[in-house]
Amino acid sequence: MAENAAPAAPVEFATSPEQYHHWQIRIHGGVATLTLAIDRDHPLRPGYELKLNSYDLGVDIELADAIRRLRFEHPQVRCVLVTSGIAKMFCAGANIRMLSQSSHTFKVNFCKFTNETRCEIEDATLNSNQRYIAALNGTAAGGGYELAESCAEIYLIDDGFSAVSLPEVPLLGVLPGTGGLTRLVDKRKVRRDVADLFCTKAEGFRLRDALKMRLVDGGWAKSKWQVEVDKRAAHLVEQAGGVGSEVGIALTPVERQTSHEDDKEILTYRFVHVAIEQGGRHARIELRGPETAPPQSHQELHDLGCNSWALQAFRELDSALLDLRLNHSPVGLLSVTTVGDREQVLAWDTAISRLRAEGSWLAREVQLHQSRTLRRLDNMAKSMFAIVLPGSCFAGTLAEVLWSADRAYMLDHPDQPSAIALHPVNFGVHTTYNSMTRLQIRFFGEPDSMTKAATLHGPIEPSDAERCGLVTRAPDDLDWDDEVRIAEEERLSFSPDALTGMEQNLRFAGQETCDTKVFGRLTAWQNWIFQRPNAVGERGALTMYGDPRSPMFDFNRT
Amino acid sequence: MSAFDLQAKIPNNVNLGDDRRLQRALEQWQPRYLDWWQEMGPEGYQTKDVYLRTAIGVSGDDWAHYDYVKMPDYRWGIFLADQVPDRKVPFGDHMGEPAWQEVPGEYRNVLRRIIVTQGDTEPASVEQQRLLGQTAPSLYDLRNLFQVNVEEGRHLWAMVYLLHNHFGAEGRDEAEELLARRAGDQDKPRILDAFNQPCNDWLSFFCFTMFADRDGKFQLASLAQSGFDPLARTCRFMLTEEAHHMFVGDTGIERILRRSAQLTKLDPSGDARVQGGIDLNTVQKFINFWFSYCLDLFGSEVSSNAADFFGAGLKGRFDEEKRFSEHLALDQKLTLAMPKNGKLVNEDIELRNAMNEVLRQDYIDDCKSAVRRWSKVVQAEGVDFEVTLPSGRFHRHQGIYGGLHFDRDGEPISAEQFEAMRAEWLPTDADRAYLRSIMQPVMAPGQIANWIAPPKKGINGQDFAFEYVRF
Ligand SMILES: [Fe+2]
Ligand SMILES: [Fe+2]
Repeated sequence: MAENAAPAAPVEFATSPEQYHHWQIRIHGGVATLTLAIDRDHPLRPGYELKLNSYDLGVDIELADAIRRLRFEHPQVRCVLVTSGIAKMFCAGANIRMLSQSSHTFKVNFCKFTNETRCEIEDATLNSNQRYIAALNGTAAGGGYELAESCAEIYLIDDGFSAVSLPEVPLLGVLPGTGGLTRLVDKRKVRRDVADLFCTKAEGFRLRDALKMRLVDGGWAKSKWQVEVDKRAAHLVEQAGGVGSEVGIALTPVERQTSHEDDKEILTYRFVHVAIEQGGRHARIELRGPETAPPQSHQELHDLGCNSWALQAFRELDSALLDLRLNHSPVGLLSVTTVGDREQVLAWDTAISRLRAEGSWLAREVQLHQSRTLRRLDNMAKSMFAIVLPGSCFAGTLAEVLWSADRAYMLDHPDQPSAIALHPVNFGVHTTYNSMTRLQIRFFGEPDSMTKAATLHGPIEPSDAERCGLVTRAPDDLDWDDEVRIAEEERLSFSPDALTGMEQNLRFAGQETCDTKVFGRLTAWQNWIFQRPNAVGERGALTMYGDPRSPMFDFNRT
Repeated sequence: MSAFDLQAKIPNNVNLGDDRRLQRALEQWQPRYLDWWQEMGPEGYQTKDVYLRTAIGVSGDDWAHYDYVKMPDYRWGIFLADQVPDRKVPFGDHMGEPAWQEVPGEYRNVLRRIIVTQGDTEPASVEQQRLLGQTAPSLYDLRNLFQVNVEEGRHLWAMVYLLHNHFGAEGRDEAEELLARRAGDQDKPRILDAFNQPCNDWLSFFCFTMFADRDGKFQLASLAQSGFDPLARTCRFMLTEEAHHMFVGDTGIERILRRSAQLTKLDPSGDARVQGGIDLNTVQKFINFWFSYCLDLFGSEVSSNAADFFGAGLKGRFDEEKRFSEHLALDQKLTLAMPKNGKLVNEDIELRNAMNEVLRQDYIDDCKSAVRRWSKVVQAEGVDFEVTLPSGRFHRHQGIYGGLHFDRDGEPISAEQFEAMRAEWLPTDADRAYLRSIMQPVMAPGQIANWIAPPKKGINGQDFAFEYVRF
């Protein structure tokens, strides 16, 4: 497959428990059990078998769906056990044959999505009062152990056989690609030389040693396993105040129409509209603001379910972003506009924030979901321009798009005024993967601009927005067409690899967190290693996996 | 040729006396081994005199010495076959390089796993067989059981020697673990499934020594080719002992079949059970059960581990040096019937990846010749019955057929169809209970239980009526 070719069959991200092939959700009181029993005959694409609970993107799409449904549909759950439904194997990580038959583009998108899903697990533990526990009733190797690391606690069965391991370096000549290394030293705080031993021992360690090395938090013999796991889960539910009284909402499928107009491909949702043009290189995304006034009580918000603007618009955006990543990899530039009533957007932000402060779990989840979707936007390996036109509604939560984008252009038209607006949500609610707000990152070297921004109430006109650094340029109507067109055309002419690298370097100024290390440092290394002859060359370790000959390395260190 | 020190605390031909480090490690392990033997060895006979053979050399016809010995006093020792001068790695990517006398760093983990997996089977079988002494059909059989048991103990010593001598602290840990796991234990099971199956009746014991010890023969023979010379030499000598274990199984099943045929003939309704014997169908079911479990021991049909072991020169084919002229096994394929959506589709697999299957096929051929002989024995008694081996796909728990369902001929069937036939094909609880009911101990010299025929001759030139175990 050519590197830039779109995959043969589009990847579908929408699913629901009735359609799962690989996961099962069971709920008992305050405890949910996510059981992984991968159906080896249901890979996402033909050509490999998902043996030994090894996963592909299809498995992770179900996991991501399950995590989201636990938050929205089963908010009473306080503890989520992640365990295996097959004997002796918790999870063997990503399927190696799938990796070796995938294009590089697909591999990277796969890793990015699995990484985002691991972060969602941690987000749920941290912010949604749903503590994830890895109950390893079999061996957790590679991605299997990384999945465990994203849980708050890890327990390993003591059966004289089951082990935890990260065998990527010794066996495959690549790295654990979903944060395994970073979480080892940053999150679990395993001493670095101990981690070094662990990451180079293909078969890993069983309970006794794993416990000493802090690779797991505990474990029990097989005969006591289920009782002890259940006891621990019950204890955690107890600690969290017992099973919740929250009543969930149903996440019905996000509806999307695909159509073609001239040479454009159009994706239409209710609040999101995507037009892919210029031979599939340029996507214009239009986000629509709310059409109705916000709910004023938890009950009203609950009655709207997943159809409230604040949730639906962002579920749609999430769906569109994933589709653009996986099914439209040649798209290099996203031009994002908004359409709607600025005041209405602010009213929704105010209402949701107030309800959250009053203890509405749903308002909290809606806002967390918005934050996660915006982080997905930050992580697009595509250039992004925000385009502010008259009639747009870049305000509050939607204003975050201005600063997620690499540049923001705002039309300064004498007769048709346009404006943006800030809201308290811009100053703490929506943080990026490095735990800073987009404004903090933007003004990392300009503390005064930050202070100034905090005083800006009401609509901000183009010239003010440009002066305060909230947008990049505010051309007038005479310059507008040329300036924006040239910027877009130029952008599409640059090397896509150089742009991805440049943008990712520039987007996250300021501090690092475990998450940014995972996405930035680790995946960059992983991507590099995935491209190197020592991994994917004719005799590279990944190429030779399963081949009777052993790999041959170029031993020059780079 | 290395000197034999048979008087040492640990008899050996590896100059243990000159190696303080190794001696200390083994001497620390020895009491734990003896504790394990007391706890998990043959129950009820630890103080009896048993007529056993003990290794006193590694070659020639007089390598063993026979005498009465109490099992805990058995001289478990460390014996390696003689070193072949200038031995080279005989196959794989390192072919022609000098054989390794020390573990190569890059293969350390893999080798340790091979040795631990092999080592784990040795004490496991002793544990599985520990109660059989209470129902032995004759003193001759009782003695054979104990002979097998003490030699499996010695095989454990052989593997522990390798772990202690070549794998440092990790090796010592693994040696401890070999004594900590228990066959069939829920919490600390033995590594391979066949070694966790109950072996509580003598038909199972003979099937076990026939099929599982024969797996041992094939594993040892392929490891005897190893480029890691100490492993090769260890396994070569173990093979000498293994031959007797298979003899016990092979002739044991043969003797049961002969007796079953006689009782079938004798009974007016042709039912051996009415005559207090074992009907031929039941014997066939036990063969189905143990044969299929033992096929699992060879590992998956398609295995990158197997390819790595071969490529690295660690584990060859059966009699690699003698039977093959080409030792790289590259650019060759083996055709396998792969299960795909309920059907079997032939697929060409790289030969190296199919090494487990290559070994399994040799094993199956070896089993087939025994089965043909057994059928002749039955037919010679005038009973029209043919003993057969089920297909290699039948009742598998590992590999590409594991968890799927096939009939005895290897045709794919549904789980329901399999369940409907289970009692026809595999031993039932009632079968096992029946065997226990007829297996009453016979402890007088020269006497034998009704359900089995006596052997043609005794051990070491002695009569069948010899007092093999003294009370
Ligand atoms: Fe043995
Ligand atoms: Fe044996």
